[in-house]
Amino acid sequence: MGKGFIGRSVPRLEDRPLLEGRGRFAADISFPDQLHMRVVRSSHAHGKIMSIDADAARAMPGVHAIWTAQNVTEIPPIDFRLTPVKGLEPYRQRVLATERVRYVGEPVAVIFAESAYLAEDAAEQVVVEVEELPVVLRATQKPAEFAPSLTTEPVVIRKGYGDVDAAFKTAHGVVELELSIGRHSGVPMETRGAIARYDAARDMLEMYGAAKVPHWNRDQIARLLGRAPASVNLFEGHVGGGFGIRGELYPEDVLVCAAALRFKRPVKWIEDRREHLLAANHSRQQTHRIRAAIDRAGRILAIDDDFFHDQGAYVRTHGATVPDLAAAMLPGPYRVPAYRAAGHIRLTNKTPGGTYRAPGRFESTFVRERLLDAIAAKVKIDTVEVRRRNLIASAEMPYTLGLDTLGTKIVYDSGDYARLLDKALAGISWEKTQAQLKKRRAAGERVGLGLAMFVEKSGLGPSDLVRIAVEPSGEIEVVTGSASVGQGMETVLAQICADTLGVDYARVRIIHGQTDRIEQGGGAYASRVTVMTGEATRRAAAALREMALNVAAGLMQTTPAALDIANGEITRKDRTGASMQIGDVALAMSKNSERLIAEGFYEYSHMVYPYGLHIAQLRVDAETGGVAIERYLVAYDIGRAVNPMLIEGQIVGGVAQGLGGALYEEFLYDDNGEPLCVNFADYLMPTANEIPRVEIILTEDAPSPLNPLGLKGAGEAGANAVGAAIAAAIDDALQMPGAVTQLPVSPQRLKAIMQKKV
Amino acid sequence: MKPAPFIHHVPKTIEEALAILAEVAPQDGRVLAGGQSLVPIMAFRMARPAHLVDINEVKGLDKLAVEGGKLVIGARVRHAAFHKNVVDGPLGKLLTYVVRHIAHYPIRMRGTFCGSLAHADPASEWCLVAATLGGEIIAKSKRGERVIAAANFFEGIMSTSLAEDELLAEARLPLLPADAKFGFYEFNRRAGDFAMAAALVTYRVAGGKIADARVGVGGAEDRPRRIPEAEAALNGKAAGDEAFRAAAEAAAKAVDPLEDVQTSGEYRRDLVRAVVRRALEHSA
Repeated sequence: MGKGFIGRSVPRLEDRPLLEGRGRFAADISFPDQLHMRVVRSSHAHGKIMSIDADAARAMPGVHAIWTAQNVTEIPPIDFRLTPVKGLEPYRQRVLATERVRYVGEPVAVIFAESAYLAEDAAEQVVVEVEELPVVLRATQKPAEFAPSLTTEPVVIRKGYGDVDAAFKTAHGVVELELSIGRHSGVPMETRGAIARYDAARDMLEMYGAAKVPHWNRDQIARLLGRAPASVNLFEGHVGGGFGIRGELYPEDVLVCAAALRFKRPVKWIEDRREHLLAANHSRQQTHRIRAAIDRAGRILAIDDDFFHDQGAYVRTHGATVPDLAAAMLPGPYRVPAYRAAGHIRLTNKTPGGTYRAPGRFESTFVRERLLDAIAAKVKIDTVEVRRRNLIASAEMPYTLGLDTLGTKIVYDSGDYARLLDKALAGISWEKTQAQLKKRRAAGERVGLGLAMFVEKSGLGPSDLVRIAVEPSGEIEVVTGSASVGQGMETVLAQICADTLGVDYARVRIIHGQTDRIEQGGGAYASRVTVMTGEATRRAAAALREMALNVAAGLMQTTPAALDIANGEITRKDRTGASMQIGDVALAMSKNSERLIAEGFYEYSHMVYPYGLHIAQLRVDAETGGVAIERYLVAYDIGRAVNPMLIEGQIVGGVAQGLGGALYEEFLYDDNGEPLCVNFADYLMPTANEIPRVEIILTEDAPSPLNPLGLKGAGEAGANAVGAAIAAAIDDALQMPGAVTQLPVSPQRLKAIMQKKV
Repeated sequence: MKPAPFIHHVPKTIEEALAILAEVAPQDGRVLAGGQSLVPIMAFRMARPAHLVDINEVKGLDKLAVEGGKLVIGARVRHAAFHKNVVDGPLGKLLTYVVRHIAHYPIRMRGTFCGSLAHADPASEWCLVAATLGGEIIAKSKRGERVIAAANFFEGIMSTSLAEDELLAEARLPLLPADAKFGFYEFNRRAGDFAMAAALVTYRVAGGKIADARVGVGGAEDRPRRIPEAEAALNGKAAGDEAFRAAAEAAAKAVDPLEDVQTSGEYRRDLVRAVVRRALEHSA
């Protein structure tokens, strides 16, 4: 091991160009002679396309071409990347609307013009005649017709184990709730963008602006356009936020690629914010009808959950991921002897849905933790005690849940949930704080404290490949098919490489998101990079170290075991004799036409399960329904913290987004399916003013036994339990258990809750 | 979100500006000052003026001075000018307090006081100030100049009595007496958002009783206005919780609240009650 970069909050390698204003995001990429693409989007929520008149637009100077579905009939619908549940295929989206439009914002035609302004002017001139059809706007309403012989409920996800019905028959009591999570989504600062060009000399199609999963997208673009994957390359630049939604393959990406091929000119598309809120994946909207059978002490005997997932108009790349995760992760950290979940995937006439940071968990944590609070109220114990009585004990680890998700069996690999609960309660001085709040409530204030626990999942496989080379110059290059969405993966991988190899992390150059540099890559999602790419990096670095020591031993006339590498220098462990730089080993090898290079491949079919809890303290403004957060604490067990600063950053950012979903953000529609929140005045992103300081307790009590470093992921801990914790704190502030049943808790809704009490 | 084509005019003098405005007004010509409202709605193509008469280089429109007992605010004076006290006494303090509720810092650096009045968003803080304090609007055109009382200026949501060829050249706010008290409160979901309801109050205390009460409410109806019922509930009463609550109740009863998908009239009435009482508490 080197000087120990793992575990230290070393500065981010990524920061310099960003802080110096040298960032290169999608919109910064341009090529000579490029055309600009503008999408003509449906202004109807549901209807039959009767005609599309583009003559006037086509006649405008500077307009190169206009495509409708007729021009792209050979392009098949975009496939599922994850969770391809059978029965969803007919619900995939084509790149341009064919016969019907199904949501406001659906691409109907595309303009290619000499400038972005001209393209937008021309787009306005395209007249789309639509015969309106009835709209479906609630996932809970009776399924309607999607197309002849297809209903708007393609699939019901069913998961479970144990004898649920028997448990309900013999239960001491039953708690039953209906709970809803509002429609919202990740809104990265950088909107989507794609710039494609075709190089005839190399017969190569290139797309810039890739993010998240460049290799999968490359393969899919190749498939859709009938090319060999090796004749398509994707390039990731700086990416201004991912959060699940950015970097998935969308119709617009395919269209720019198809156009670059057809026109033999570069084609650029940069999404504007209104489009983004209309057309990029929505997420989260679910309604759960959940029941728990409990014993006299408030212990759970069984859970039965029937829920409705509002998928929007089509099923996109995520397939059934969100409802699948919601059904599978709902039991969380509690012992649930019998369990049954039925997740109804329902198509509606809204923007299609996909994943958003902590997909299925923000939702199911809200539902489960509301349920725990309701059980506490029913058996008249406090909200901490009900959790203590139900938590899975550390002695039960590894804990086989008896469910699967994303093609993996859920086995909680390690965890001491009760211990983290104790640490968090101590961190917030739970008893003392409760006493203070009680006093304040007696004086007329509406203040409350709420907590919510969760199990996260991370490190989704199946595999990752990393190649590390040391050049004679001493430069160390790590090539990975993983991706950066701004999370700091370059720094983390450099830290792992540095410690394993014995070099300074700042000397390690990380190459990612370039499909021409490595043949495969899992990408950046599901909090997987540190675990999967991190372990592949460790393996590659260990192999490289072994190779370097073997070669150096020959040159230094000793055995590899007698040597060490520290700060890039190979020395005898006894510190005698000569030493050599690791680059010198590469130089010596190059004379024999050899390279100092090694690969690390990591394949694993199980995920790892970090866990945590959130505690919120807040004040409700009884007159206005406003909420002011006074304290917010997140306790999280990461297994092994490679860079605590980055983990804390992930958590704070996640809390901010979670607060958006808990209190502010919601895509609302009117009765005709017209979206009402298509700009930042109507779609309320929380700003720095609304985000409290987040207190963080980061622990390493339960390293994963599944990888040598004990790694678990950090990306989604901050978002996971915000809705649940805020709801619990509001209940406490109002002294109305179960008051919050719907997110986001807007002041209007909160005021209505309070009026119910009077 | 690229605006539709328009012609950009940059006059240097007020005469030139008015001449261009007279010419282009019938072709959907609009005045551009700070552009913090107009430019975004142009980007959405919800406004598509064929001409913009940009007054940012017009000489003489940057006046910010006291003349004849009134604070004169020229059309180029930015919100940020009021971050500092621009006039001694309660009016200066009032403006310094209110300005910090307007949007965000970068917007305040660019947006203008007069532009806010001309835009006439019902939730605008400056519209509420003008309506409550009895401001005057100086409208200039090639045809001449007229003075419009704020009470007659706002006609509805983003609608004013300004003619299309008129430039809102300046606004005038009467100075407040040295012993005037003021209070302001607005409620919004996020800091810097348009208020869902806002209240501005001023009054004096003479012989232990409230006198000359002005209670203005913004963001609740289609335009900001004084609420005489609330003022009546204050005048002649001792400044304190009882009178404040009565005034807040009177205001809540008197308004004809706007409704939208998320916000019922009853909820907005509750907000009016809250903001009026809190503005009064702030004043005390």
